[in-house]
Amino acid sequence: MASYVPSTKEERQAMLSAVGVEKAEDLFAHISPEVLLTEPLDIPAGMSLLEAGRRMEEMAAKNRVFSQIFRGAGAYNHYVPAQVRYITSKEEFLTSYTPYQAEISQGVLQSIFEYQTMICELTGMDVSNASVYDGATAAAEAVAMCRERKRDTALVSELMHPDTLEVIGTYCEANGMKVELIPEKDGVTDLEKMKAMMSETTACVLVSQPNFYGRLEDAAALGAAAHEGGAKYIVSVNPISLGILKPPAEYGADIAVGEGQPLGMPLSFGGPYLGFMAATKQMMRKLPGRIVGQTEDVDGRRAFVLTLQAREQHIRREKASSNICSNQALCAMTAAVYLTVMGPEGLAETARQCMSKAHYAAAALEKAGCMLKYKGEYFHEFVTTAPIPASRLMAALEEKGILGGLPLSEDEILWCVTEVSTRADIDRLAAAVTEAVKTETASGASGDPNAEADSEPASEVRKAEEEVRA
Amino acid sequence: MELVFEKSRAGRGGQNLPPLDVPETVIPEEFARVSAPRLPEMAEVDISRHYTELAKRTHGVNDGFYPLGSCTMKYNPRINEEAAALPGFTKLHPLQPVHTVQGALDVLYLAEQYLAEITGMDRFTFQPSAGAHGEYAGLLLIRAYHKDRGELEQRKKIIVPDSAHGTNPASAVMAGFTVVNIPSLDNGCVDLEALRAACGEDTAGLMLTNPNTVGIFDENILDITRIVHEAGGLVYYDGANLNAVMGVARPGDMGFDVVHLNLHKTFSTPHGGGGPGSGPVGCKEFLAPFLPRPSVAESTDGELAFLDMPKSIGKVRSFYGNFLVVVKALTYMMTLGAEGIREAAQNAVLNANYMASRLSDLYPMAREKGVMHEFVITLEKLHKEKGVSALDVAKGLLDNGIHPPTMYFPLIVHEALMVEPTETESKDSLDEAIAIFRKVYEQAAADPESMHEMPLHTPVRRLDEVGAARNPRLKYEF
Repeated sequence: MASYVPSTKEERQAMLSAVGVEKAEDLFAHISPEVLLTEPLDIPAGMSLLEAGRRMEEMAAKNRVFSQIFRGAGAYNHYVPAQVRYITSKEEFLTSYTPYQAEISQGVLQSIFEYQTMICELTGMDVSNASVYDGATAAAEAVAMCRERKRDTALVSELMHPDTLEVIGTYCEANGMKVELIPEKDGVTDLEKMKAMMSETTACVLVSQPNFYGRLEDAAALGAAAHEGGAKYIVSVNPISLGILKPPAEYGADIAVGEGQPLGMPLSFGGPYLGFMAATKQMMRKLPGRIVGQTEDVDGRRAFVLTLQAREQHIRREKASSNICSNQALCAMTAAVYLTVMGPEGLAETARQCMSKAHYAAAALEKAGCMLKYKGEYFHEFVTTAPIPASRLMAALEEKGILGGLPLSEDEILWCVTEVSTRADIDRLAAAVTEAVKTETASGASGDPNAEADSEPASEVRKAEEEVRA
Repeated sequence: MELVFEKSRAGRGGQNLPPLDVPETVIPEEFARVSAPRLPEMAEVDISRHYTELAKRTHGVNDGFYPLGSCTMKYNPRINEEAAALPGFTKLHPLQPVHTVQGALDVLYLAEQYLAEITGMDRFTFQPSAGAHGEYAGLLLIRAYHKDRGELEQRKKIIVPDSAHGTNPASAVMAGFTVVNIPSLDNGCVDLEALRAACGEDTAGLMLTNPNTVGIFDENILDITRIVHEAGGLVYYDGANLNAVMGVARPGDMGFDVVHLNLHKTFSTPHGGGGPGSGPVGCKEFLAPFLPRPSVAESTDGELAFLDMPKSIGKVRSFYGNFLVVVKALTYMMTLGAEGIREAAQNAVLNANYMASRLSDLYPMAREKGVMHEFVITLEKLHKEKGVSALDVAKGLLDNGIHPPTMYFPLIVHEALMVEPTETESKDSLDEAIAIFRKVYEQAAADPESMHEMPLHTPVRRLDEVGAARNPRLKYEF
């Protein structure tokens, strides 16, 4: 058994004596025997470090790591420069608490201030908070920020990430805001329908740029329509895309949010990720969570401190703008280090390569029989038809070590291509698709219900969409 | 020190990607960014030095004693980090087919079993990403329960003692409840009369921390949970202080229906300067259908699978939570096992009692008897007589290499300092800390004026916090 208790047996005994008890159990003597455990916990005995390490390695080895990933849908496989992990593994950053004691926490505070500045630069917004849990909760918190006395309805594009839709549904069911989904038309949010849905109770309009299908929305028109109706405009953006795409401030966003995972965080089976939130100055005091500000110390030196705390739970309790306390500070630092290592040109190049390779892949997949479902601009994700049932196509790709796109149904697939894929990788993908189609056609199989390799994620996505609609 | 933007030089920085090997797709003008974001342009060596400089201006657990009450700043074992860095975990896409992520599901499944046994609960979810997020999810379970029984319209009140963490009332409001604050006894324990008076047909539940925020185990816990249950409400356990009792007593046996834990406190995963944490929520079987979906369960073929849950409150975040944090906590629980977990709690309580006993002649304790894993000092007298506040003493500790205790909390104790040594400090380091606490007190008594100047030896000194809030500068002005 490993133990992290450093005091020796003798030292413990000495401390017990100093306290005036005989044994450790006596320290709990005042607790009613009715609630004290009489038996040891029914969990395995402790392991040595060697054994525990081995056990974790075994569990990790039971997972399949794909060398080729063409699946995104909210989690993106990007290149992470070595520096990112080394810097963010520094013990001081790893083991410190929220920087309440500013005098000995300037390192963390300055890193958050730098992060906030970078998020403002990426989005064009005035202020950023220090992070929230992920892109989905960032969107849900943003919706809550927009509520006004007579405006309690959020119009949300149905082309948000399904998990984001569901989290918004969860949050709003509890806080009493109404959510109405804006339908899609040809793979983008239906502007005309959205206009028709606007009313005096509309608090905000929320869209994703690019949307869940990878398509680029007419974000300026949607924003103008939202503002015309007196509502706030929230845009969920992909941070990598902002290397080349217009920042949300330029098309009128009042709040910009997003999933920060692409900025240096590994896929990690879904977390830890990073929710970023930035807003106009007018909405500054409605932002949830930590915010770091610049000030001076008594000697006039520049210094940083947690500020605008009058919004927060530890001061305001039930009147706080949110309950958030711990956020994703180290993930925010990860994003800041990533953006620093990449620099403006590196970020733009990453975005360019994502977009270009996705378009190359789309053309190659079309030749293999996967036809683009929508005409129009997209960033690094796109939807195609499935030339053979999607689950069987994915199973065939899996045999070749490829994680294909996410089946949205047996007939449609959402693909993603990032800078890490080479032209040769994409060509191999297309060849594997061609081969799978050929094999399927040759065997004449159709509608085989056994091939359910990929059914869970896809059905989950569908269910999420249905959930919010209902 | 300079900001990263001030160190930036146009044209500096390396090439990280190979040249584009497919035809370039040009972004149409209407979507294209015109001016580049002003991100830093720096060489690798300068970036490393920048962050090393920042690290030197940050105090972590490995820099010294960190008795931040309620935060359980225990040592973070390195094996946890190594496990969470395994490519078999970090390189998994969350939407991979389930048969390719059986090891990851093992982690979630096993961690759930460990935590269920430790807390006396039946099921857990790992979606909540922090303690407050867990509170929120737990309250949504209570909400769903009353809704399912058709009583939600009637049961809208959550009772919160005034000794509670600020997140409790904030979470209750976010979950659509109204908050009924009830006064606590001096020792932070629940005033049974006040509780009885507050309970009724409109009660949805009670949120409670036990041991409470004064570090005292509530002797009446069985009465408390019974009173709430008899009124038709449910009882929520804020697991912030579980470190005091794990392996010794279980919230499930005390009558709690829902708990949240802080893996980044009790289960040794690091705090990361304010996250990522993990706030798993556990519940008794009758609430399990409402947990955020999906849950992990054994399927008929013996493999693990994600189960959908029709009555679920829905997701509270994307995918399955801060998975790698769960990996770290599981590694910790596996290394400690049943005995080690109990040993950790016992020594956490021993260390706090030892330190309190060596300080109580100088520092007045909010409560002397029944101290668990943390103790609360009240400096009301020192403040009144010498004009030295809890803040001054905290700043004095800073000059001596100690991270100060939690200040001005709980709110029911005036001039409070809340000290939580944790079990991972040796007698030697406690003795050293005790000597420093005494030295600072003696200085405060002898030369109170000097305390207002402290700290003198930190990278920066006291800050103008009022100015920061009045005139917010929240990003670098280029």
